[in-house]
Amino acid sequence: MSTVSLTQHDWSLHRKGAMDQARHKQKVKEAVRQNLADIVSEQSIITSDGKKVVRVPIRTLDEYKFRFDPSDQQQVGEGNGGSKVGDVLERYGKGQGPGQGPQAGDQPGVDYYEAELTMEELAGMVFEDLCLPNLEEKRMQELESETVRFTDIRKSGPYANLDKRRTIRENIKRNAKQGQPHFGALKNDDLRFKTWERSVRRESNAVVIAMMDVSGSMGTFEKYVSRAFYYWMVRFLRTRYDNVKIVFIAHHTEAKEVTEEEFFTRGESGGTKASSAYQLALSLVEERYDPGSWNIYPFHFSDGDNWPSDNELCRQLADRLVGQSNLFGYGEIRQGRYSYQSTLMHTFQQLSSPKFVTVTIADKAEVYPALRRFFGPEVGVHA
Amino acid sequence: MPDTLSRRYVDELEAGIERIWEVAQELGLRPFPTHFEIVPASVMYEIGSYGMPGRFSHWTHGKAYQVQKMMYDYGLSKIYELVINTNPCYAFLLETNTVLQNKLVAAHVLAHSDFFANSAHFARTSRQMVDTVSLNAERIRGYEFAHGADEVERLLDAVLSIQEHVDPYATLEDVEPDERKAKPPRESAFDDLWGLDARTSAPPDAAAPERSRARPSQPVRDLLLFIERHSPRLDDWERDVVSIVRAEMLYFYPQMQTKIINEGWASYWHAQIMRALDLSTDEYLEFAELHAGILQPSSRRLNPYHLGFRILEDIERRTNADGGDGRAKLYEVRELESDVSLIRNYLTQGLVEDLDLYLYQRVGDELVVVDKDWKAVRDRLVGELSSHGFPVIQVEDGDYNGNLELYLKHSWDGQKLDLPYAEKTLAYVNRLWGRRVWLETRKSDEERLLLSYDAREGHKTHS
Repeated sequence: MSTVSLTQHDWSLHRKGAMDQARHKQKVKEAVRQNLADIVSEQSIITSDGKKVVRVPIRTLDEYKFRFDPSDQQQVGEGNGGSKVGDVLERYGKGQGPGQGPQAGDQPGVDYYEAELTMEELAGMVFEDLCLPNLEEKRMQELESETVRFTDIRKSGPYANLDKRRTIRENIKRNAKQGQPHFGALKNDDLRFKTWERSVRRESNAVVIAMMDVSGSMGTFEKYVSRAFYYWMVRFLRTRYDNVKIVFIAHHTEAKEVTEEEFFTRGESGGTKASSAYQLALSLVEERYDPGSWNIYPFHFSDGDNWPSDNELCRQLADRLVGQSNLFGYGEIRQGRYSYQSTLMHTFQQLSSPKFVTVTIADKAEVYPALRRFFGPEVGVHA
Repeated sequence: MPDTLSRRYVDELEAGIERIWEVAQELGLRPFPTHFEIVPASVMYEIGSYGMPGRFSHWTHGKAYQVQKMMYDYGLSKIYELVINTNPCYAFLLETNTVLQNKLVAAHVLAHSDFFANSAHFARTSRQMVDTVSLNAERIRGYEFAHGADEVERLLDAVLSIQEHVDPYATLEDVEPDERKAKPPRESAFDDLWGLDARTSAPPDAAAPERSRARPSQPVRDLLLFIERHSPRLDDWERDVVSIVRAEMLYFYPQMQTKIINEGWASYWHAQIMRALDLSTDEYLEFAELHAGILQPSSRRLNPYHLGFRILEDIERRTNADGGDGRAKLYEVRELESDVSLIRNYLTQGLVEDLDLYLYQRVGDELVVVDKDWKAVRDRLVGELSSHGFPVIQVEDGDYNGNLELYLKHSWDGQKLDLPYAEKTLAYVNRLWGRRVWLETRKSDEERLLLSYDAREGHKTHS
């Protein structure tokens, strides 16, 4: 019948959709790259430990059109009998819409397109042009591992390690030369033994000494920023060193080594003596992290409100710490304050080592520039 | 032929489809000759996301493809039917469907094919569109080679942002500038005869205006046509891209105008045809389950299959009850009506109540039913359908301020525009126009709002 027909062809080479999909993915990546500053300090990512895939909200990939305000529109729906005026079809959580449009209360909302990326892809983009400045050749820690690898064949050795297959082959070869290709009349010369090596692993080590002011003046925002910074810093160092340790030091007028959780949650009142933290950091380096074999990255976050009388001591200790470190960073978080320089920052200006880097962060989006300042290629030039 | 499907499956389906064709003919359907192709799911959602095989490449198609693929991979949705308005008609069947599922799809598709062949709204559509879109895709590919893929992509981003703003009834004359139409209004049917002499003696179109000085005599709804003809900025190849997008949109336009009636028609007939086949009890159960799934209503979005199906059934029932020929009436409805006229003429109070239709709106953090009055429901639906859910934006002036600026006006119907979106879209229109672009809309019935965008000076709001 000619009016209706049925066929099945080979469509396996049909790739157009996949190709345009690839272009779309590429655009997603470009958009992510443009928005790195926002994404780096995105809460959901910093707290996504262990998750492989992260969802990144980006704005540039919407298909903009003239359209009606979705929050303002009446739409037609269909009930299953007995609906009444006033029936609630759906309830949204506070401030959370159906993914679109200005929120109730006339606040301009933002339409997000969420891209899915693996953490590795994202980290790859964040770290793309970061580098480790002042990299010194440290003695690698040599770790003798338990494993033994058989790597070579010799003519002598303990009988327990006799390589029977090779021994037989050698024997047949020798016999064959004399015109009798078979196994027999074994001689010492035929014997082959396996030998082994103990494998030695070399590791490069780095330690981040994370110091933070936990005095009363450091609030949620300050802790959040330092957390975001340390998150990426440790992640980045892990891409360059086999073994990255991080120690947390919290201080007000006294310094204490604390757990990660305490570090980010704890808040105490009282004044601030940054020197206490540097003192502790120096003694830690002395006791546990010999600069000969460890790459040391101390970083200190504070709001800069240090006891003025302590500043000079800070400078001296910081100077000593810089001498033992690959890079020493001081970050001052000054959200919503006047942008005068703190006395501590002022004191630090006298330190001229290229290994000493200071950053000021006033906004979440400045975490990424701070990272770049710390690990960016220009560090050491005008530190 | 790949060996993915057994010979038996194909033979059974082929016999089934031939039988369905016969039944459809006996029942009075007059579809185009229809060719079915069995394809894997990936091809199905690919064609679904492009609207048609072979269309030009653009990342938005890739985005749609990714969404469809994900929905399919996670088992959230599946495209059952895909049919293309051509003569002969092309339809695609999913290779993972059972024979019975594909028979139902075939019956459904033949009714679509009949609709394409006989509805007045499709009378002017090209029936060789598959070839046309392939040629278009090739031309655009050529422009990518000549001008760079990025340049073409940026242009398409802009054109696609206003692709829905076409008007199938627009003629070239509508977008010609005012000066040309200085003719006096006709007084009698023969007026134009008196002018014949004058026309032959006048120099041929000496006063043909430059394409840029365009002030339409009436507002023009077809933004793409106006821009293609009069943009002071676009190169010829860019105008060609605009005209390609417009031509393809015009091809899809009748399908947007007849979604409810077309799906209703196909659902009505797949049920009739399947019932006319000799199905076993098991097959009948499978069919009934599928049919119910297709017609499943939704509290948030109207299911066009269900609404169309119920309206058509209602028309047939009422005609028969009045002593008329219900079936004949349906054929007439299929020939004449679009969604708008179908709703306006045949969505009765009884049906609105039966279907339990309502209007809902976001109030605070809730979606709430706000109206159940049948006329309010009907009128809202008509309003929504008459512009396919898009605001009507018209060109008022192509030489605004005497400076070749483009002045657009939103036809206010009480619904606010999404302003952040409108601003972004204005920037796209500016990419196509090259000069400042204006948009007049309203914040409310009382308050006018005038926006403009210029590449150098950015967005502005005027009071």
